[in-house]
Amino acid sequence: MKMRVFLAMVFGVFLTVGGYDIVSAEPLDMFKGEKGAVRIAGGTAHIPVMKEVAKRIMTVNPAIQISIAGGGSGVGIKQVGEGLIDIGNTGREPTEAEIKNFSLKVFKWAIDGVGVVVNPGNPVRSLTKSQVKDIFAGIIDNWKQVGGIDKPINIYTREDASGTREVFWEKGLDKGEIAKKANVVVSNGAMKSAISQDPYAIGYVSVGHIDHTVAPVAMDGVVPTIQTVKEGQFKVSRGLYSCTKGEPTGLTKKFIDYLFTPEGQKIVQSNGFITVK
Amino acid sequence: MRFQEAIAEKGFSLCALLSGAVTVTVFAFMVILGFPLIREGQAFTLLIKPWIPGSGFYGIYPMIVATLAIASLGVAIAFPISLGCASMVSVLGPRPVSLIVRRVVELMTGIPTVIYGFVGIFLLVPVVRNLFGQGSGMCILTASLMLAILVSPTMILFFSDSFNRVPQSYLAAIDALGGSKVQKLYHVIIPCARNGMLIGLMLALGRAIGDTLIALMLAGNATGVPGSLLDSARTLTAHIAIVIAADYESLEFKSIFLCGMVLYLFTTFVTIGIRFVGVREGGKKA
Repeated sequence: MKMRVFLAMVFGVFLTVGGYDIVSAEPLDMFKGEKGAVRIAGGTAHIPVMKEVAKRIMTVNPAIQISIAGGGSGVGIKQVGEGLIDIGNTGREPTEAEIKNFSLKVFKWAIDGVGVVVNPGNPVRSLTKSQVKDIFAGIIDNWKQVGGIDKPINIYTREDASGTREVFWEKGLDKGEIAKKANVVVSNGAMKSAISQDPYAIGYVSVGHIDHTVAPVAMDGVVPTIQTVKEGQFKVSRGLYSCTKGEPTGLTKKFIDYLFTPEGQKIVQSNGFITVK
Repeated sequence: MRFQEAIAEKGFSLCALLSGAVTVTVFAFMVILGFPLIREGQAFTLLIKPWIPGSGFYGIYPMIVATLAIASLGVAIAFPISLGCASMVSVLGPRPVSLIVRRVVELMTGIPTVIYGFVGIFLLVPVVRNLFGQGSGMCILTASLMLAILVSPTMILFFSDSFNRVPQSYLAAIDALGGSKVQKLYHVIIPCARNGMLIGLMLALGRAIGDTLIALMLAGNATGVPGSLLDSARTLTAHIAIVIAADYESLEFKSIFLCGMVLYLFTTFVTIGIRFVGVREGGKKA
């Protein structure tokens, strides 16, 4: 009896691995026989996709080492420009000066929406864009002014170098002011844990990061979901970029190529981003 | 033998020279990289201006205020606790208890600050938020409380050591007069150990000013000038940690060298303070 269960389990694992191989065999073939390392750093929104891609590549070919670090868009550009890493990820388009100074080559492989989120215990689930702007500017400072309970609003924002902040500030707040009393957190994950801890919080995260720990807030009647970003109804969105110093070669080129294969784009999709192809 | 001694001497002086040179080089490095700001005469105005990168203001005044507020409040909270704890360990407590407390305190000095920060987020922040019913709980008060826990082991050990250094004959005199333990502590030990305690206090202040993670995780990092203890605020160290990801060429990035210089000067003053007190103590003994 026990033996049979064991066999079934072994067979199950075998099937899963086997099935996995058949699905991903084709595009991953280009990594066979390769050797070396790819160093990646930068935007935090990119990390789930990068990790999945790296896992697949390293499963097919263990001789390839792929390291993935965060740091934010600024770090991504800086480090790739200085040659410390091979691929620098950014959640904003690099500036003209950055592209010129570091002779960057830029690849846009996904689109990401940035949605307003509150604590799941907060009854407020819908705001107009001007309400959102007033809240972040500190003009509206109590939840009862927007139909919630009588408690002061705690604003959470991201650091100045954050790509998520830039998208939200440009497209969500129309470059409006963010109150100076706003708390500053330094990643999507930190934002989520801050919002889920604080019952009176408001903040913003990449749509791909919204889960049960935070509640999305509809802006002008449009709830930030993958669907609405994809269909273009939800306007607060941005591209996800990977940059290399000069034209990519070897393993780095293959890594980026893989992002644009149907396989790669499927990973993009399954992580809550919107595909470009 | 003589030859070996010469080599050892040369080796050790090389080490001393190297560590001294590193300290000077770090300061020189910050001055050189921050030079564009100094040359344009902006350095001074940056010290008193607000931080609004969108409008071209890169002042670090709010961070200087926050650093001083959080560090001094943290040390102020830690001081009475440390004094009480050290008195317990060195004078008042029964021997087995004070030994255990001392071991625990020694253990505390080795706990990484990120652990304190993490614990603070989940335990202290909600308490502060609910207790005062205002703000997010990430504020000067929360960071100071946690910082007090961070710096108190340093203070306790220093206080306790300087209590132990009080000559036995003084204590015997009090015993002969029939004084109680509390009288002994209050009238003899604390006055005698004053200088050692001051050094401990300064060291703790230096550590409080220099700590990054507790402020980064618990103080909220808002860029405004804090107006109350429940306001979110950003220290110089947290500011450096946050802005370091900015565009390398930007003025934002250059301003963190100014933060570095200000921090360096703060700690230098504290160190000079320790020296000053230490020299006086040494002089008295001789």
